[in-house]
Amino acid sequence: MALDAREATRASAHARPRREITTAFVVSRIAVLAVTAAILLYAAPPLAATGSWVALGLLCAVSATAAWLYLTRRFIPAKYLIPGTVFLVAFQVFPVVYTLTTAFTNFGDGHRGDKAEAVTAIETGSVRQAPGSPEYTMTVALRGDELVFLLVDPATKQVSLGAAGGLTPLDGARLGATGKVLAAPGVSVLKAPEAAARGPEISALAVPTPGGLIKANGLSRAVEGKATLGYDATCDCVRGDGGTWTADESRGYFVNAKGENLSQGWQVNVGLDNFSRVLTNPTISGHFAGVLGWNLVFALASVVGCFALGMGVALALHHPRMRGTRVYRIVLILPYAMPAFAMLLVWRDMFNRDFGLINQLLGTEIDWLGQTMTARFGVILVNLWLGFPYMFLVTTGALQAIPRELTEAASIDGAAPWTAFRRVTLPLLLVALTPLLISSFAFNFNNFNAIALTTDGGPFPAESPQVGGTDLLITYTFRLAFGAGGAQFGFAAAISVFIFAIVAVISAVAFRRTRRQEEVYA
Amino acid sequence: MRMRALGVATLATLAFTATACGSSQPAAPAASAGASSSAPAVGGGTLVIWADPPRVKPLKPFADRFGAENGVTVEVKEISKDNQVTFLTASQQGSGPDIMIGAHDWIGNLVQNGAIDPVTLTEEQKASFSAKAVQAVTFDGQIYGAPYALENIALIRNTDLAPDAPATIEDMVEQGKALKKDGKVDEVLCIPVGQKGDAFHVYPIFASGGGALFGATPSGDPDPKQVLLGSEGSVKAFGKLKELGEKGDGALRTSLTNENYIVNFAGGKCAYLVSGPWAISEVKKAGVAYDISAVPPFEGGQAATPFVGVQTFFVASKGKNKALAQEFVANYVTNKDVAKALYEADPRPPALTAALEEVRASDPDAGKFLDAGKDGLPMPAIPEMAAIWEPFGIAENAVVKGGDAAKAATAAQKAIDGSLKN
Repeated sequence: MALDAREATRASAHARPRREITTAFVVSRIAVLAVTAAILLYAAPPLAATGSWVALGLLCAVSATAAWLYLTRRFIPAKYLIPGTVFLVAFQVFPVVYTLTTAFTNFGDGHRGDKAEAVTAIETGSVRQAPGSPEYTMTVALRGDELVFLLVDPATKQVSLGAAGGLTPLDGARLGATGKVLAAPGVSVLKAPEAAARGPEISALAVPTPGGLIKANGLSRAVEGKATLGYDATCDCVRGDGGTWTADESRGYFVNAKGENLSQGWQVNVGLDNFSRVLTNPTISGHFAGVLGWNLVFALASVVGCFALGMGVALALHHPRMRGTRVYRIVLILPYAMPAFAMLLVWRDMFNRDFGLINQLLGTEIDWLGQTMTARFGVILVNLWLGFPYMFLVTTGALQAIPRELTEAASIDGAAPWTAFRRVTLPLLLVALTPLLISSFAFNFNNFNAIALTTDGGPFPAESPQVGGTDLLITYTFRLAFGAGGAQFGFAAAISVFIFAIVAVISAVAFRRTRRQEEVYA
Repeated sequence: MRMRALGVATLATLAFTATACGSSQPAAPAASAGASSSAPAVGGGTLVIWADPPRVKPLKPFADRFGAENGVTVEVKEISKDNQVTFLTASQQGSGPDIMIGAHDWIGNLVQNGAIDPVTLTEEQKASFSAKAVQAVTFDGQIYGAPYALENIALIRNTDLAPDAPATIEDMVEQGKALKKDGKVDEVLCIPVGQKGDAFHVYPIFASGGGALFGATPSGDPDPKQVLLGSEGSVKAFGKLKELGEKGDGALRTSLTNENYIVNFAGGKCAYLVSGPWAISEVKKAGVAYDISAVPPFEGGQAATPFVGVQTFFVASKGKNKALAQEFVANYVTNKDVAKALYEADPRPPALTAALEEVRASDPDAGKFLDAGKDGLPMPAIPEMAAIWEPFGIAENAVVKGGDAAKAATAAQKAIDGSLKN
């Protein structure tokens, strides 16, 4: 009886079965916790240094949550979900959100910083040396705890003491050969390393004079300068000899009455301006249809061509009587294994009219990349060469999953090999490969490298130098956003939103059609 | 149970998102802090210099000496790609250097982004540089950096094939065509054109033909409001380029590109090469006997003025140690030995006249390049210049292929006016 009772208690203790602690379990826990701790240790000090308390708090909270989640035995699904979700957020959601928010700003060259930075830049850039003022030889010294400048006028050897209060003559200073002060009454002269260590203080000290301010220029010279432009908070404007520039918050510039702006601007929210610019800009709307049409042709030709070629080769090698398949496969994979960047440049040089391999082999004089049609043919050919090994690989895999009995049954039923392929093999292949074809289409639709490294969009007709014969939307708009007007990140972001919409619509339609097809054959 | 797990997952995700957004900016200084905290020196300061690859090594001893004199650590970091953009982005987030080395034509863009500070040079220092160098680093009436080297293109000729420097473009083309006819060379002239044109290399010929890019402001700076690419003079110049092109003399050819034009000259395939100091090492390696002279003008044409680029030390506005940076740029780089060391690492003529004199004695090429560029136009540093290159190049390509000069010039003008909103 007593024994039974003991057994009963043991049984109840085992009511919740404990998982066994395996090596994989321990290693995975340590890995996750180590990464969490590393991120915490890496990010916390700078956050604390810049006083970003909200971010620091969130970081700690998230680290604590992660630690707790992986130390507790509960929440099994969450343990698997969290890492993937974190990567999804960091590499997908965050960039998309960031791009979207950037599209509503004028972020770009001339508008990189905030207004305070622009004002500082305007004021610093406008400081002119006071006319006729001496170029002082400067020695840094301490008066008590206060940092002061000992300034020597090189022409008169007159020594003055400059402090935040102003400039006062100083007698009894001993000068060295370089014109610097070696010793002076009432102050202790700093040696070069001591002065260098106080760099920020030296930069900050401005000695007021009737004509402007004396500021250090390095560690051994000082000049009297005057800011010709100054910001006035009461009118939110910059005043100077040349006039008044008022802040225009809709453009992020200081603008004068004539509509001219100071070159240093700041980042502002411009609403839908970037989007409306994409829609109304005549250079974009005028060429959009043509570029989109070629872009679709390029993407389709790349996908269909690569797939047809890759599948053809895979079918040939799949034939039971084929010998030496391994050697063929290795050779066929080679273009895929070589770095595409280098290969694209090599192809570009092979297409050169006078020095290229292709014309030399064919004995022709064709300016391949200099005429629209041949250039288009050329880039599709290059893309085909780069892309078919991938299709060959995936088709080979998919073919092996199709039982040979099916084609045998078809031939027993009297189907010719072509019919068997069309009615049996191809539909089964497509069920497996259509998602890959769609993603390949989306990739080729935005295949920036294939164009930028071969033709760079060219050839360009003389009448419209902005848009070239092989320009894809992405290369064309890249040039608009980063070519002529410096970097315009806001505009570029708006364009990528449009391109994303186009690709998303095409892919969504294609996937919908695939699903229907799968229902038929599944 | 299941719902709770899901809730926790969502919450944690949200928290991660918030951190990701919140920390993206403040996290940036961490990178620089981590990288530059290598060895805090006696004084405790650190001066960070960013340079392109060929300049890192020659700068190092001077940087170290400066560091020892001032009790600071000086780091010279190598930046090899998209230097201007990297500098702007890093400056913006506070992880940039104290001193940046780059070309003077960046100044306009760096100033509009508030990335660099003016540098005050004494009258004596200004006088020690060649006037062209000082003119190049002056933007909007202010000096924005210490120049240290000049570069411009010139005509390099194979003295075995063409012993005398041609006086005019016509002479050169005639000589080149004669050599080609005799089968001694394959090309009349080696100058890159490519499928997008090459405005930088063709500019002296374009200028000699009467072409111009910008009008001038009252102060003599290029005026972005007056683009002259479609002007009468420029149309005439494009017409001259057409005559030199594929349907004419065959001196300009689209198949000659930046990748193959120097190789062709080094291989003896042409007698004349339009290029800069960067071509010399390859030409020397090939053992070609060469001489350097100015790009000749058209007969009775304007001067064939090349663009002059000036390599410059900039003081970063957002540097952490500005006093030291100013000291280094204004009072240390202006030193002859630094200029010479940089010259030896990468032979571009020094901007410092004293250093140039010494270099000229030992290496005549430097002096010849400089002479070839003495009438040169400092590359316009205004940000609007970015809008010029591509339309100009495409117009050049079009006329070289035999297109109509007026049409090409008008289209280029329209494209540039469109992007500058003139």
